[in-house]
Amino acid sequence: MAMNYNAKDEVDGGPPGAPGGTTKTRRPDNTAFKQQRLPAWQPFLTAGTVLPTFFIIGLIFIPIGIGIFVTSNNIREIEGNVFMYYGLSNFYQNHRRYVKSRDDSQLNGDRSALLNPSKECEPYRRNEDKPIAPCGAIANSMFNDTLELFLVANESDPTLTLIPLKRKGIAWWTDKNVKFRNPPGTESLKERFKDTTNPVNWLKPVYELDPEDEDNNGFINEDFIVWMRTAALPTFRKLYRLIERKNDLHPTLPAGRYYLNITYNYPVHSFDGRKRMILSTVSWMGGKNPFLGIAYITIGSISFLLGVVLLVINHKYRNSNNTADITI
Amino acid sequence: MQRESESTEEPEPPGRRRRRREGRTRTVRSNLLPPPSAEDSVAGATKGERLQRLGCVQHVADNRLKTTKYTLLSFLPKNLFEQFHRLANVYFVFIALLNFVPAVNAFQPGLALAPVLFILAVTAFKDLWEDYSRYRSDHEINHLGCLVFSREEKKYVNRFWKEIHVGDFVRLRCNEIIPADILLLSSSDPDGLCHIETANLDGETNLKRRQVVRGFSELVSEFNPLTFTSVIECEKPNNDLTRFRGCIIHDNGKKAGLYKENLLLRGCTIRNTEAVVGIVIYAGHETKALLNNSGPRYKRSQLERQMNCDVLWCVLLLVCMSLFSAVGHGLWMQRYQDKKALFDVPESDGSSLSPVTAAVYSFLTMIIVLQVLIPISLYVSIEIVKVCQVYFINQDIELYDEETDSQLQCRALNITEDLGQIQYIFSDKTGTLTENKMVFRRCTVSGIEYSHDANAQRLARYQEADSEEEEVPRGGSSQRGSIGSHQSIRILHRSQSTKSYWRTGSRAEAKRASVLSKHTAFSSPMEKDITPDPKLLEKVNECDKYLAISRHQEHPLAQLSPELSDVFDFFIALTICNTVVVTSPDQPRQKVRVRFELKSPVKTIEDFLRRFTPSRLTSGCSSIGSLATNKSSHKSGCSFMSTLSNDSMLFRLEERLGQPTPAIASNGYSSPADSWEPEYPQEPQPKQELRFEAESPDEAALVYAAKAYNCALVDRLHDQVSVELPHLGRLTFELLHTLGFDSIRKRMSVVIRHPLTDEINVYTKGADSVVMDLLLPCSSDDARGQHQNKIRSKTQNYLNLYAMEGLRTLCIAKRVLSKEEYACWLQSHLEAESSVDNREELLFQSAIRLETNLHLLGATGIEDRLQDGVPETITKLRQAGLQIWVLTGDKQETAINIAYACKLLDHDEEVITLNAESQEACAALLDQCLHHVQSRGSYTPEKTESCVNVGFSSLYLASATSTVSGPSPSLVIDGRSLAYALDKNLEDKFLFLAKQCRSVLCCRSTPLQKSMVVKLVRSKLKAMTLAIGDGANDVSMIQVADVGVGISGQEGMQAVMASDFAVPRFRYLERLLIVHGHWCYSRLANMVLYFFYKNTMFVGLLFWFQFYCGFSASAMIDQWYLIFFNLLFSSLPQLVTGVLDKNVPAHVLLLKPQLYKSGQNREEYRPRAFWLNMVDAAFQSLICFFIPYLAYYDSDVDMFTWGTPITAIALFTFLLHLGIETKTWTWLNWTACVFSIFLFFTVALIYNASCATCYPPSNPYWTMQALLGDPVFYLICLIAPITALLPRLFFRALQGSLFPTQLQLARQSAKKYPKKPETTKETLAQKHFPGDTKTELSEGMNTSPFETLSKDCASEASQHTQQPSCSPKTNREPSTVDISVPLREDTVLEDLGAQAPGSSRPDEAVLEACPENSKRKPTSSSQEAPLPSLFNLPSFSSLNWISSLSLVSGLGSVLQLSRSSLQMDKQDGEFLSTPPQPDQDLHGLQGQATDYF
Repeated sequence: MAMNYNAKDEVDGGPPGAPGGTTKTRRPDNTAFKQQRLPAWQPFLTAGTVLPTFFIIGLIFIPIGIGIFVTSNNIREIEGNVFMYYGLSNFYQNHRRYVKSRDDSQLNGDRSALLNPSKECEPYRRNEDKPIAPCGAIANSMFNDTLELFLVANESDPTLTLIPLKRKGIAWWTDKNVKFRNPPGTESLKERFKDTTNPVNWLKPVYELDPEDEDNNGFINEDFIVWMRTAALPTFRKLYRLIERKNDLHPTLPAGRYYLNITYNYPVHSFDGRKRMILSTVSWMGGKNPFLGIAYITIGSISFLLGVVLLVINHKYRNSNNTADITI
Repeated sequence: MQRESESTEEPEPPGRRRRRREGRTRTVRSNLLPPPSAEDSVAGATKGERLQRLGCVQHVADNRLKTTKYTLLSFLPKNLFEQFHRLANVYFVFIALLNFVPAVNAFQPGLALAPVLFILAVTAFKDLWEDYSRYRSDHEINHLGCLVFSREEKKYVNRFWKEIHVGDFVRLRCNEIIPADILLLSSSDPDGLCHIETANLDGETNLKRRQVVRGFSELVSEFNPLTFTSVIECEKPNNDLTRFRGCIIHDNGKKAGLYKENLLLRGCTIRNTEAVVGIVIYAGHETKALLNNSGPRYKRSQLERQMNCDVLWCVLLLVCMSLFSAVGHGLWMQRYQDKKALFDVPESDGSSLSPVTAAVYSFLTMIIVLQVLIPISLYVSIEIVKVCQVYFINQDIELYDEETDSQLQCRALNITEDLGQIQYIFSDKTGTLTENKMVFRRCTVSGIEYSHDANAQRLARYQEADSEEEEVPRGGSSQRGSIGSHQSIRILHRSQSTKSYWRTGSRAEAKRASVLSKHTAFSSPMEKDITPDPKLLEKVNECDKYLAISRHQEHPLAQLSPELSDVFDFFIALTICNTVVVTSPDQPRQKVRVRFELKSPVKTIEDFLRRFTPSRLTSGCSSIGSLATNKSSHKSGCSFMSTLSNDSMLFRLEERLGQPTPAIASNGYSSPADSWEPEYPQEPQPKQELRFEAESPDEAALVYAAKAYNCALVDRLHDQVSVELPHLGRLTFELLHTLGFDSIRKRMSVVIRHPLTDEINVYTKGADSVVMDLLLPCSSDDARGQHQNKIRSKTQNYLNLYAMEGLRTLCIAKRVLSKEEYACWLQSHLEAESSVDNREELLFQSAIRLETNLHLLGATGIEDRLQDGVPETITKLRQAGLQIWVLTGDKQETAINIAYACKLLDHDEEVITLNAESQEACAALLDQCLHHVQSRGSYTPEKTESCVNVGFSSLYLASATSTVSGPSPSLVIDGRSLAYALDKNLEDKFLFLAKQCRSVLCCRSTPLQKSMVVKLVRSKLKAMTLAIGDGANDVSMIQVADVGVGISGQEGMQAVMASDFAVPRFRYLERLLIVHGHWCYSRLANMVLYFFYKNTMFVGLLFWFQFYCGFSASAMIDQWYLIFFNLLFSSLPQLVTGVLDKNVPAHVLLLKPQLYKSGQNREEYRPRAFWLNMVDAAFQSLICFFIPYLAYYDSDVDMFTWGTPITAIALFTFLLHLGIETKTWTWLNWTACVFSIFLFFTVALIYNASCATCYPPSNPYWTMQALLGDPVFYLICLIAPITALLPRLFFRALQGSLFPTQLQLARQSAKKYPKKPETTKETLAQKHFPGDTKTELSEGMNTSPFETLSKDCASEASQHTQQPSCSPKTNREPSTVDISVPLREDTVLEDLGAQAPGSSRPDEAVLEACPENSKRKPTSSSQEAPLPSLFNLPSFSSLNWISSLSLVSGLGSVLQLSRSSLQMDKQDGEFLSTPPQPDQDLHGLQGQATDYF
């Protein structure tokens, strides 16, 4: 084809005897792109061509699934750092009006926003003519139960050993250091928040959230930061405390009886919810969730099965296809 | 641009040319005059005053061309206004504005506007760019220069076009383009003539003659604009190119009529005349050319209509989803509000929303959130894809025509996919199927036939040469060589017209027109070199010799025998009864008259002209000088006295013109290239090869034919024609009148005074049906009369014979007028000519009065050759399932024969002819035919059964049997019957009959009928129609059809201007439809489906989330992703696929035209496909939602950290889905996919790192970065898309191997046999595809058996007839084919002879044909190997849809179930506080410390 055109091009460049010979034909360029002749891979989906895909999927997925499953189920021994969560169910942190009800500028320490929070915070924007800090429904509904974990020494001896719970290190690093900032200034936090009032539901002002650690107060209080990261689904858990492993010899939480002391502040009846406390370690892929492992195994098996079905089909009908080809 | 109505109604801007508003006329007077007197300016008193105050005489409509729509200021408002005419845009803006309402907003308001603004901006930019290019070309045109008479300087000065005003005097020189509509007042031509070329206007390359206004042509001195005081009254500007009326009122009160012959139209080119002067009548947008120039058309394609319907479904779905969500939210609110749930946010005043209000808000917000379902980018994407498709069609080298250097043009941008769905093709015949290159074939004179066998052989040689030329690249082809001598001058014209092209439609057309003008239309050697019939030549010579001797006798012709006299007259008539203009290639059409001395320095000027383009010819003084002297010295003696008095006309009759100069020594025709002899400048140019420029190719053919008999037209002036004869020398006929050809009279006449006999003769040439009726009735009493009658009947027989051969016939007749008769007729004719009202009507009557009592001289047969590849193309298009109707104005016999020649009709098949004389007869005939057809239909099924039974063992047997029952018949109907059949009462019957027929041929149909037929089929059968034609008479048909195709051939550009696509040749239609149409349809259909899928799937994700966020219209996907997902991240790959994907390669499509049917049946995009796609989208969104949901269930994941993986999953799923649907993967596809992913992650990373506090409410700071460190993210990104697509992949694979469609089979075979030059084609053709026969049969099982059979057989039959040329199979056994053809031809001929419609004759024919077929059967069955697989496959494919459908729908319902059960579970869990599954998991967590508090 191409040769033909070239030949014609040369000879038929223009009308013979045309002066100057600079004739411009309107002949389109004979390029692969313009003539839609780009080299192309043309997959054709039949049982024969597709079945390797299914087998490959099966062969890859099943081992992955087993791996995940095993990992997930191995989150058993409470060794290493133990994470203490509180769980809420039926709590719609993802409600549209709820999600919007915050002022990130205020939380980032912006002074003007501190004193004049965003309209999004309504109706938790001002209280008795004082701006609320932190404003908004999310902050207002912050979880404020206190959980304490004690180890009962043994059956006979009811002395309780308080398990030390670490309050810091539970929020995202970026949240703690970039997104959330206290209002600037060298004065005490109380001074810096002096023109504001605490959210309606709060018992304490924002600068007294952590009585133990001055640096964990105000907007950079990690409990607060964790709460402000609104959960995706109505049943969720949030990291509450960290139980650090002291040394390699003992498990972080040795076997025994534990005693959980709850200071009950947070009502869940209003939304038919439930509260939970969860202790868990994490693996490389997060907390315990067997779903992914099972899913991989299932999908891998299904894929493998489908592959087999296709193999059968391919074997059975290939012949007829071939004969058709031959008779041409 | 302006329409007539607009221009007449629009308020006159000040400074416009004054018009008489009260009348329907406009008055124009010279701009050089002092202000008009008071009574004239009453109408515009204030204006006149103002103007007078300004000291300006004429206030003036200028000639500025302004096609731009916008100015800088008006662009934004105007463009926005136009864009908001699109409903979709309004909708999207409404949604975006809804975001500004705080209660319902879902996104940041500014952000929500972004996509809409983007779309609007893209469109606006496109408009702006278009407008700018218009502005630039306007500017270029406006700044062309021309000479305008200046009052101040008292001479012609150079001005820009835009500065020309109505009432200005413009001087134009040869080859200049006319800047405005100008009334011709003076010409350098001694006769006051001027020739113009109208190629820019209508594409006709022949010269049109224009004439100076009467009363100005005989001015003695050069026309002086300063002395022009007359007032011109004429029509308001209108767009009728063929009409101009008005009158000029001189100072002395005398009136003279103005006609279109006096008007030079803007855009035409002055030719053949050194200089002309005229006054501008219409300028700028009031010129007829611009009034005719309507903008491009907007058509909505079938697919788009269907798509819009589906968009409505989507709207419905959207509303349903939103409603559902709103109700859900209302209930949810009710439940939690009373309890003052913690997460319930009251209104700003502290009061809580009532559930109903909340529901309403939620509804609106949902509409915003789910707006993606109505794809905002769909329209833009479709437009982009179509533009690219048009680009590729334009670029296709196989649609490029070497000969005319033109490629296919797409004029309508938005109906490319309609090309893939055409069901009916309506074609013109002449110029569309045929070359419209007329070749003189044979003639009959005085009842004796001259067969011109040598001529026929010569033509055959050309044909061979042609086909050889196709194989051998033609270098300096003979055709070009022959016109090469005048090439130089043509190049001149060309460069000029290319430079100052004039925009009727597009630049391309103007350019093309100029290229066309390079090839003078009708001068290929085939038409020129006619080999005379020796017998006839001898007779002509005899006449000639005899007359040369006896010319000075009293009655020279009387001495001739009647036959010789007829022969002589016949050739004289051929030569002069036309409007052919003679030119000599090396000369501009400079007129030289023998009896005048030559104008002085012609030679030098011509040389001059030849070297320079005339627009730069600044020193035109010499020619002006010559004009002046010429006028002064000769005008008085020679010119046509155009005063209107009859006396003077009659006086002229008595006047005897001087004998022309004696013959030039020898006829120099054999030595065409002799150069101009400067010593004898006064001699005309007999030694030059003469070129005849005719208005129609027939005329040229006849003149060339006459020339072959040494009877050469050498000169034509408006009042005389010179004919050169070898012995007799030059005969100059005084041309008294020319009554032009029109389609109603179907004839033309010239009235001349014969120089030999001094008689007044009328020569008439016209269609035989008309002329035969106008002959002088002959009494059969005397011998002479009997002889005449015999001649007539003989001639009629020959005419019929010619028609049978497919020749175009013309009758030549003559009438001798006595002076009294002539005087009598002249009187009325002159009255008619001078009347202003219904002049046309009167002239028509006058012509009819003249053209009676004719004496038949003879008849001619002109061959109009079929274009290359027409039969093959028609066969292919037939196989593609297209019904082809030919609508022609030609006579029935000719049409039928052309139809046979181009394989439209088959000799095997029955032809029903419908010729009815009255409405009743037509009705009766229709009934009869219907009955006939139905009776065939009723017994055919039995036949089919038997056919099928046997057919499995041998396909050929099937075809043989089916021939007995016959393929569906063809219908031939003539114009008159068509008129009856198109009547309201009969149209249904007619249509029903036509539907049963394989092909329909409408002869003698008018343009209106053509369009009515198309309209009927379009509206009644709801079929997609395509009309193809080349001439002005096809325009209405082209406009009515869904797709109009114009052939950019020789009959001008009118058809092209009206068309959506313009092809150079008919044969390109095959590739245009079968390849590009198919691709365009399939690409667009798949893209639209994909769009719907994509948006539904994406919206599904959001919808499922509503179940977990209290139906609060919350979105887990960040608003940025939500808004830009469609626009940026996922748009490119689908565009690439939409533009480049080829489901079947081109060569396979061409080899297997049957594949085209998939488009006709709308297989790719049908409601079922749409809904299946929607179901799949729902399924995929479920998977893509719930895998992340379960993976992150009861974790500490936050909303957007969870939503981002879902977005990524959606993107991967889309790409994989597209991957499954993409048939060809080029590097562009890969790049687009990789780019999409890359873009998404880059944007996400940048966006998530850019600002810690911005973008509320999502505030996604560092989310993506965190996710990239989370293995679960990768794990779900791997599993979810694959899981979502497993079913689709599996079913595609199943379908691909179990029930492959035709298209898939074709693709597969194409893959196995990749295209190799030449050889593959044959092998492929030979094997004609396994799926072909197979599936065709199986298709038949599903549809009516009757149809299948006929289809099958038709294709079989056509394959058979087609094969001799290419297939080696028939070469191996030529005997069978060769024998069968002539025999069958005979039967058909008989059949044709006396065809009574609906009679039983066809059966006889069939019976005769039967043995042939049975003879053929054994050989062919042995040829065609039996296909055992046929037994299996039909059943499979018939199961195909059913099974796949049930499977898929079953799956759908299962999904539905599982989904709802899932929901139920969930809700139970939430509402009833039963410990759901996950809690148990928690228990299992080492049992350590799961406490409920």
